[in-house]
Order: sequence, then structure tokens, then C-alpha cells
Amino acid sequence: MDNSATTRPAPEVVQAVVDCMEKIYGNPSSLHRKGVEAGRILNRTRETVAGFLGAQPGEIVFTSGGTESNNLAIKGAAYAAARRGRHIITTEIEHPAVLNVCRALEKDGFEIEYLPVNKDGIIDSHGFRDALRQDTILVSTMCVNNEIGSMQPLKEISKHIRDARGKDKIPLWHVDAVQAFGKLPLNPEKLGINLLSVSAHKMHGPRGIGALYVSEGTNLTPVLNGGGQEKDMRPGTENIPAAAGFMQAVNNIKDINGAAEHMAGLRRRLAEGVQENIPDCSLNGPLPGSDFAAPHILNISFNGVRGEVLLHLLEDDGIYVSTGSACSSRKPQEQGVLKALGLNVRRAEGALRFSFSPWNNEKEIDFVLERLKEGVEELRSLG
Amino acid sequence: MDNKTEYKKSNLIMVRYGEISLKGKNRPVFEKKLAGNIRYALRDLGRPRIKMLQGRMIMNAGNMDIQQVIDRLSRVFGIVSISPVHKVAAAVEAIYEEALNSIKQVLENKSSGDSLSFRVTVKRADKSFPVNSMDLSRDLGAYLLEHIPELSVDLHNPDTVVSVDIREGCAYIFSDTRHGPRGLPVGSSGRAVLMLSGGIDSPVAGWMSMKRGIELEAVHYHSFPFTGEKSKEKVLDLCRAMVCYGGKINLSVVHFTEIQKDIQKKCPEEFRVTIMRRFMFRIAQRIAEKKKALALVTGESVGQVASQTLESMNAIGSVTAMPVLRPLVGFDKEQITRLARQIGTYDISIQPYEDCCTLFLPRYPSTKPRVEKVQDAEKNLDVEDLVAGALEKTEEHSFSIS
Repeated sequence: MDNSATTRPAPEVVQAVVDCMEKIYGNPSSLHRKGVEAGRILNRTRETVAGFLGAQPGEIVFTSGGTESNNLAIKGAAYAAARRGRHIITTEIEHPAVLNVCRALEKDGFEIEYLPVNKDGIIDSHGFRDALRQDTILVSTMCVNNEIGSMQPLKEISKHIRDARGKDKIPLWHVDAVQAFGKLPLNPEKLGINLLSVSAHKMHGPRGIGALYVSEGTNLTPVLNGGGQEKDMRPGTENIPAAAGFMQAVNNIKDINGAAEHMAGLRRRLAEGVQENIPDCSLNGPLPGSDFAAPHILNISFNGVRGEVLLHLLEDDGIYVSTGSACSSRKPQEQGVLKALGLNVRRAEGALRFSFSPWNNEKEIDFVLERLKEGVEELRSLG
Repeated sequence: MDNKTEYKKSNLIMVRYGEISLKGKNRPVFEKKLAGNIRYALRDLGRPRIKMLQGRMIMNAGNMDIQQVIDRLSRVFGIVSISPVHKVAAAVEAIYEEALNSIKQVLENKSSGDSLSFRVTVKRADKSFPVNSMDLSRDLGAYLLEHIPELSVDLHNPDTVVSVDIREGCAYIFSDTRHGPRGLPVGSSGRAVLMLSGGIDSPVAGWMSMKRGIELEAVHYHSFPFTGEKSKEKVLDLCRAMVCYGGKINLSVVHFTEIQKDIQKKCPEEFRVTIMRRFMFRIAQRIAEKKKALALVTGESVGQVASQTLESMNAIGSVTAMPVLRPLVGFDKEQITRLARQIGTYDISIQPYEDCCTLFLPRYPSTKPRVEKVQDAEKNLDVEDLVAGALEKTEEHSFSIS
């Protein structure tokens, strides 16, 4: 239940990658048959991913994953629009792959505004509207938070951005959808999103490939320079086997609404089970059932217990969870997101993140509940 | 293929071993140990031929890469210095020629065309050689000066020393000498059990004991689920780093969880750390007995933390009659850190994974525990049973160089 860290590649995905490595090893830039064959895989993947997002194939740029997509989106948009203004808006609880890109831009003379979140991890949309300025060139907001599963009010943000946009379509809007892609239906065009980052390995695809949706007409300054691949947006010999796996992973999703509902059910079962059976626990982030709660991430604090120890205890029963976003329990002050919610150290220290995939089932949730109850009791008895 | 013809004539290395040459009648034993350790350290590179001279060894490194060999040797305890040497016939002309080559080599390796100061030292073990040391060094110096304009003489603080070592029938010439780690060959002093925590200190303590010729059996106390796989992996990495100096290290990972839980449940808070460490010493002693080791080694330094006051050491050490070596006792943290960096364990030690010593830390640990009080505090524990249980769940790993 650590599917927000990464997921197990589906067997069909593994097969697709292997088949491709064995047979379709050409370079799409080559003029001969081998190159054409490889190019065909890449195009089909592009069509598949575009179709899944309700986008045009020409709007998909393949990258090495979420971090690179975020870098390309934010740096690319900021530098391309720098003459128009230097103000960028983002939130306090973004992934480091956004926050640290913003910090790098600050050193380059951009002014970044980090919007605070409420106790559920959601920004205030009026506050957002008020933050927009004449010289705001870019807004970067995540879709689903990786640690607590809170979802930003994209529809309201969309409305305010559209109101603020001039003829030049500025400010641009980037959405980090790495945790949402493949788990929730997404349609960037409908919301007026210009840039959207996704990654394959969070949805049972292979590692090393992701994509950036770049809406038609959006200008980006590339981060890498090279041999012209991906319309010069992201040069470098294309990762065809990973693309084949990516395509298979997307094709595996037959009913995304059903999958989201299934995971929401698991999330509710776990949340309710914990609250009924284990005293002195608190849910971090939006409550299950809230419009702002993603179906697949649940963050719970077991007060008086160290999350890391509980994690190891569960691991012994084959249950894999996370204490947060790769942070050390020795330095609880580094739990950025939980701190941004205003949680005290004790509560942040006892936090565990459960993140589901459509492959999880109710029986597993019940087993987790059983082990959690025993584990928490045992650890609390040791004081 | 005939190996002898494969050997490059020039791949000779002189290894000097100061301290062990002082060991009277035991000397051959130490020399044999050192030669064995050298062979072991190079065993994946090839089989060197080693010849003993007085107080030094001449090694034929055959086809091995000389830099790689020197690099390995610079971590073999017992070695004081290492030089790649050339062997020529004991004749003045041959010595001149080779000395010229040798210093040309040094000049080539120098980055710029700056001048190079040098001096010549000659040792004449074979007194039948017609020219005496003083004359030869003066004449050879003049010869080198004459042939290489960039050279200048500096007798007191030269950039390089051209050395000539004249033995019966042959002479060794070298002008590049590297330091070894000194100390005694690992294994020549017997075996000891090192308590390896994962912190900065204990690997350094282990290194210092290896330096005194001690072969290490390491023990690590693992408290899953209170410490994770990563903290165990860290200790394995520490052993991998330390074994570059020791040839071989065995590690016992002891399952310490039940003991810690029992202490937590049954003992007064202020004595928990003392009692925990008493268990560590008891278990280490058992392992020492099993492995035929004669001492325990810890990374303690007096006064560093509550469990390292003299009172604590006394209360903890009283569970064993074995000598407890604390090589870091006179060091401060800065000195220990500097050594850890030099050895190559520092970057591993500072990875932020918990070890069992940082768990269940009482708010106010006793800094002056008295033995009787501690004995009383652990009276509700079944010591024998707990120790036996932990030993039963011990997992063994072994490490060897390269």
C-alpha cells in the first residue's frame, strides 16, 4: 500500500517492454526500416496518452518522468514568458520537483509566491484570485498531494486564471498531476491547463518515462538542447521500450471511474476501521468523502507511536507503507507538507501514508487493520 | 604459458616494515603474517613473488597494474612505506643509467616544467662494492645535474630523493616513496570482538585495533522493527569499507528486539541504557568465546554521553571479565571524525538511519549508575534466557577484501 511511491509494473507492461527491447531496437531518427518501426511505437504511445487525456498527439512531449516534466514545464514556461513578467504563483505543499525548481528560479530573478494551505491541505481560491497580478506569468498547482491526498480546487482556479488571462494567454497554468494520472479522470483542455506533468511508474507502467502535456500554442524554452527529438522540446534518443510499456499501462485502464470508486471504497474502509478500532488516531488531510479527497491516498497519525517503527512492524507482515515523502523520522521538522498543515511534531512523527492501487482489495484492508491494531497497541505498551 | 617470461622486469616494489623488524625472535612470524596479508590483499590481481631482505621485502608484481598494487598496499597494516624500484647489476655505469631514467620518470609525472630539487642517498650493504656511499652519492648527483638542466640540489628539503640500495651483486634504485599505514599485520595480535553500532566512532575503533594487528569479529545489535533494513545495510556497508584494511571481517547481527522490549517493560527508566549495554557486553563476550577472541573493542570515549562516564563504564563492564579495549578513549569528536573521513567510513556513518542505541532513550538517563543499583534494577529479567534467545537469532555475514 505504497502505490504513491511507485507501483508494481503490470505483467503485460513487463512483456511489452521485453518484446520491444528484443525486437524493436531501432532509433526512430534512422531512415531505415528499423527506425520506422521504432517511430511507429512512439507515435502509437503518443496517441494513446493523448487520447487518455483528451488531448491531441502533438501536445504530448515524452520525458524521463515526473521530475523532468515539472522542470521542463516550469523553467520552460518561465523563461519563455520572462519578458512579459516575473511573478509565479505556486503552493506550499508542492512536491520538491516543483518547489526546488521554483527556488532555482528565485535565484534567477523570478518572484515566487507560495500560497498557504488550510488544515486539509487546500489553498483558498479567493486568496488565489487575490494573488494573481498583472505580471503573473505562471501558476503551478498540484492536482493530488502525494502525502495527504488533498486535491486543489482546479475548477475554481481555472475560472480565476481564465478571468485574468489577456490576449497573450498569460498567465500559463501548470498542473503536477503525477499522483492523479491513471487514478482519476483528467482533461487538461477543459480546464484550460497549459502544462500537465504525468509519470508512468505511478500507474503500473515502467520507470524512466513520463510525459508533459503542452497545450497547442504554448511556448516553452527547452531545458535540454540536443538533436531535435520531441520537436526540440526534449531532445535525446527516445526510450522506445519504456514507451511501449507506458502505452500498455494506459491501455490496461479500462474503467477509470470504476477504479477510482473502488479505491475510494478501500480508503473509506481503512479510515473508518482505524477510527473505530484504534484510539487516539487522527486523519491528516481532507476527510474521506470530501470533494477534495483523492480516492487513493490516506494519511493517518497514530499518536504516541513513531511512524517509522510501525512501518517496519507492518513490513514484517508484507505490508509496505510510507512515513511521508522520503523523509527521516530523525528530522520530523523536515516533514514539509504535514508542517504546512500546522500539525505538531508528535502528530507528524506518528504519521503513516497508505496509498492504494486498483489492484488492492478489501481483504487486504482488513488484514492491514488487524495488524495495525496489534502493532499500535504493542508499541504504545512500550511507552 | 610460461609465467616467468611474462613478468615485466621493471615491476618490482620495495615494501618496508619498520615496527615489526624490531620484534626479536618473533620476527619471522610477523614477516610471514605480513607477506600473507599482502598476498591476500592482492589475490584478485595476481600472485606476487615476495623476497625477504633485512627489514624489507622485494615484491615482483608481475603483470599487475603497479598503481593499483600500491593503492592496495597503502592499506595493509604493518607496512611503513612502499616504492616501485628498479633492479640493476651492481656496477657504477648501470646504476648511473637507471638513476637517470628514474628521475626522468619523476620529471615526466610533474605537471609543469618547473625545476625539481633532489638529493641522492646511497646505502651500501655490500661493502665489497668498490665505491663508498659518500663518493657514489656525490658523483651520481653531479652526473644527474649535468644531464638534466631542470634539476637543482637540496640536501635538506628536496622534492625527491633518488635512492640507491646496493646489495650483493645488484642494486635497487627508486625515487618515489609512498607512506603505508604503519602498525602491525592484522592477525598478528589475535582476535577481538568489535561492537559496531553504525555511528561514527565504532568503525574508527575497529580500524585502530586492526592497526595494532587485531583481527576483528564485529557484532551489531539489530532491533527490527525499531530499526529498519536500511540501518542493517548501513552496518554491512561499514564492514565493506573497513575490510579494505583488514583482509577479512566477520559480522554477527544479533536480534536485540526482545531484550529491548523486556528492559522497557520491566526496568526503571533511568537505568535502561546501562542495562541495555550490559546485555550487549554479555552477548559480545559469548560471541568472543565462540570465535576464540580475547578482548572486546568499543568506540567509547570517556564522558562523551551518559553511558560513557567512568561510573557507567564500570557498571557496564562488570558483566565481563574480558579486557575491553577502547582505542578512542583519548580522542575528541573532531579527531574521530577526521579519522573516519580518512578511513572512508564517515559518509556511511552519517546516513540518518536509527540504530538501537537511540531507541527508547530515557529523558534523564543515570550518568552515575552504581553496580548494585543496576543489578537490582535488572532483577526481574531472565538474563540467561534473553541472551540465549538473542544469540539463537544471530545472523552471520563475512566480508573479504575486493
